[in-house]
This record gives sequence, C-alpha cells and structure tokens, in this order.
Amino acid sequence: MDFLRPASWEEALAAKAEHPTAVPIAGGTDVMVEINFDHRRPEYLLDLTRVGDLYEWETGEDSVRLGASVPYTRIMENLRTELPGLALASHTVASPQIRNRGGVGGNLGTASPAGDAHPALLAAGAEVEAESVRGSRRIPIDAFYTGVKRNALAPDELIRAVHIDKADGPQQFSKVGTRNAMVIAVCAFGLALHPGTRTVRTGIGSAAPTPIRATAAEEFLNAALDEERLWDSGRSITPSVARQFAQLCSAACNPVDDVRGTARYRRHAVGVMARRTLMWTWESYRGNARTMEGAA
Amino acid sequence: MRVNFTVNGRPQQADDVWEGESLLYVLRERLGLPGSKNACEQGECGSCTVRLDGVPVCSCLVAAGQAEGSEIVTVEGLAEYARQRACGTGGCDTSAECGTSGDEARRWSAHGTDSATGEGTELAPIQQAFIDAGAVQCGFCTPGLLVAADEMLERNPNPTDADIREALSGNLCRCTGYEKIMDAVRLAAARQGEGA
Repeated sequence: MDFLRPASWEEALAAKAEHPTAVPIAGGTDVMVEINFDHRRPEYLLDLTRVGDLYEWETGEDSVRLGASVPYTRIMENLRTELPGLALASHTVASPQIRNRGGVGGNLGTASPAGDAHPALLAAGAEVEAESVRGSRRIPIDAFYTGVKRNALAPDELIRAVHIDKADGPQQFSKVGTRNAMVIAVCAFGLALHPGTRTVRTGIGSAAPTPIRATAAEEFLNAALDEERLWDSGRSITPSVARQFAQLCSAACNPVDDVRGTARYRRHAVGVMARRTLMWTWESYRGNARTMEGAA
Repeated sequence: MRVNFTVNGRPQQADDVWEGESLLYVLRERLGLPGSKNACEQGECGSCTVRLDGVPVCSCLVAAGQAEGSEIVTVEGLAEYARQRACGTGGCDTSAECGTSGDEARRWSAHGTDSATGEGTELAPIQQAFIDAGAVQCGFCTPGLLVAADEMLERNPNPTDADIREALSGNLCRCTGYEKIMDAVRLAAARQGEGA
C-alpha cells in the first residue's frame, strides 16, 4: 500500500489521475473501518486532510458551497439557518468523535443508502461538484446515486464540494434507530418545503438500494396544496391529504429485510416519518409556534 | 513509512509504519502508550478517544499518516494537559506562576515524572473525580471517557445533564450503567467551578 499526501487540490487531482484505484480518505470513518476489518486493501490511500479548501464553506445568494470535508460538527454549529435539514441530519451522525471527522464528501463517496446526509441533500436540492484533471462538472443530486454503494463519479474524479440550495422554507429530518447515538439508520426521511417554487421535496434513506425521492408523493402533495390554495391561505393540511402523502412515501420504498429491520417495518416507518415531518414543517410554515406533539 | 508527530507534548517518531495502520496502533504498539484502548476498531465504542490537534477523535479511524505533524493528547498526558490549561487560565493552585513549587521540588526524585506516559504525575481533576465518584469498574472504557469528558469541560464549564450525555454519547461503558460516570463529570464540573 502507498500513502499519497497531496498538499493541494491540484496535486490531489493529479494523483487520482495517475492512480485511479486510489481510495480517497479524509475523516476515515468509513475507509478505516474497512481497512481495520481487512475488508479492503487499497493499493493507494489518497489522504485529503492537507487540502485546506475542502474544509471551507461559502454562503452565496441562493446556495451554500460546502467543502467535501467540512466536518458534521461544523455544519451543526454554523449552517443551521441556511441548511436546517442537513444540520439536523448531521446531528444524528454517530457520535461527537465521528462528527468531528466525517463530512458530506465521505457520505457521497461511500454512497451507502444509509448515509445520514442523503435524505437532507435530496430534499433541499443539491449538486455535487466533481473534478478531475479533465475538468470540473456539477452532478445533480438526483443523478448521483447509481446503485448500492455506487455513484456517478468517474474513476479519476474527486468530490470537491456540494452546492446545496439555501432553505427557503422549513425543513425536517427524521431517523429511526434503536438509540439516539451511534446508530446506522433503520430508515430515515428528509422533507423540505420550498415556498418560493411552491413545491415540497423529500428524501428517503435506508429503504431502497439507493437514497431516493418519493416523487409520486411529492407530485400528489404539490397538486393538493395548489388545488386547495394552502400556500396562500396558510390553512392546515387535511388528515386525508397527509395520509395519502404518507402512503405514497411508503410506496416509493423498495426496502430489504436485514439485521436492522424488516422491509415491512421500514415501509411503515417511512410513512409515519413522512406524515410527521410534513406536519412539523407545515405548521412551522404557517407561522404557528405551537408544538405538534401528539399531532402525528 | 515514517510518521512524526507530537504526543503529550513530546516529539515522537514512528518508523516502519504500515500505510493502512491506525493512529491507535502506532500509539499502543510502537510508542508504548497503551492507555488508549483497542476494542471495536470501527468508531463505535470511543475507548480509543484521543485529542488530535485539540479535537476528540477515535484514533482507530485516523490513518497514522494523517497524524503527521499533528499534536496528540492521550489519557497518559491528560493530567499534564489539564495542569497546563489550569495554569494558562490562572487556576494554578500553588502559586501565581507555573514554575516548580516548593512542594513539588521536595517530592522530586531521580526517576521523576514522565509527561508522555503519565507516570508519577498527579491526576487531572476529571481523573480524580472518576475515582471519587466510583465511576471506574473494569476500567476499559475509562481512558476514552476521560479524554472526552475533559474536552467537554474545557468547552463547556457548566454542562447540563443533556450536555454531558451528548458529549459522552460516543463512549460505551458496559459496567456502570453510566450513572456514576454522570456523577463524576458533574463533580468535576462543580470542582472546576469552585476553583475558578
């Protein structure tokens, strides 16, 4: 094994071009587990921790450019206003020690359906900035996940940043697990209201081969909100609309039975989380500060 | 490969490090610092927690090469680290300056203390609190908990119970049921408050 330590982004791209099989490592919270357990013996480890700009973020007019290695701890502390869904999801990642090291670039690179950042990215709307010596491109988040632990990156590409739309409305994230910390999601759900475009977007984790959006559920809800003019009136969403939305979210899942839960449970739980996150965000949109305890 | 870094204030060099080796392995097997414990090797248990440039991390998930040039604090150096921090903030108990006190001078002996291994040094307040509160049973999780708890008290001198639980949520203990650990951290926070 060789340990490559590029001091700059350009050096990192050159190293990846020369050694396309090199495994990028930043926080190490996925890669080192595989090495420790002898599940992986990469020929080259490409250490990105010296590439400083991967640890920076910029807040623009409409979006946040989040460096691939910005630790989850920083996201929770600094980007709660701009990226509320991702900040909530970040808070559910493992433990403080892991959140101090891991970042969204790692979640995307690993592309596990259980990665906590994915539902929030799908719901908010995001683009992955991938780069190689051949050039830079932006991959829409909907086109990024191509299979179980597979993504749209070419062998010589590295993830430089993620461009995430700034929240223009309330966002929520929900995750099912056996305890609060150190949990790989049994399933997870992200939801974002976009009053600017009068749309709702969703993201589902751990309930299909890849992270997915519940597009049929989104279309149904967008039409229902439009039809009843709820974006203007700010009235409550009727229980029947919420129920139908939840059912469509469940139906979008294509889960498996595994040690963490059964497919049937995952479908059910995604429906429950869909209904709850819709109610939480909608009540927040209505400017109603009262808690929704018991409402779901 | 060769890795250079500072461990508990002392420059260290490890040779013949395998490229896939963890920082934890280097600390334990190459530098003779077995305080950080090796259990899950997947970041679940927190027993290998160290400070990497001040930040608590699972050393089993840091590739040794990533630690090049960094400052590491392990449980062996925690007492000295806490002592220097207290001096830095004016919390020195023996005198206004942080030289060697008369007491310390009289206690000096030829084998002395070792800042790297922690031999012969006084305990950090969090370590003393763990003993006083009975928060140590088998002791395996203790080093990681000490490092994590000490860092939280540095950041947050008046933690709520929720803060403590959150800060220690990455450290598993299978003996105590955590209650005595909670007591210990509350005790250390209270003593820290009195001393300030």
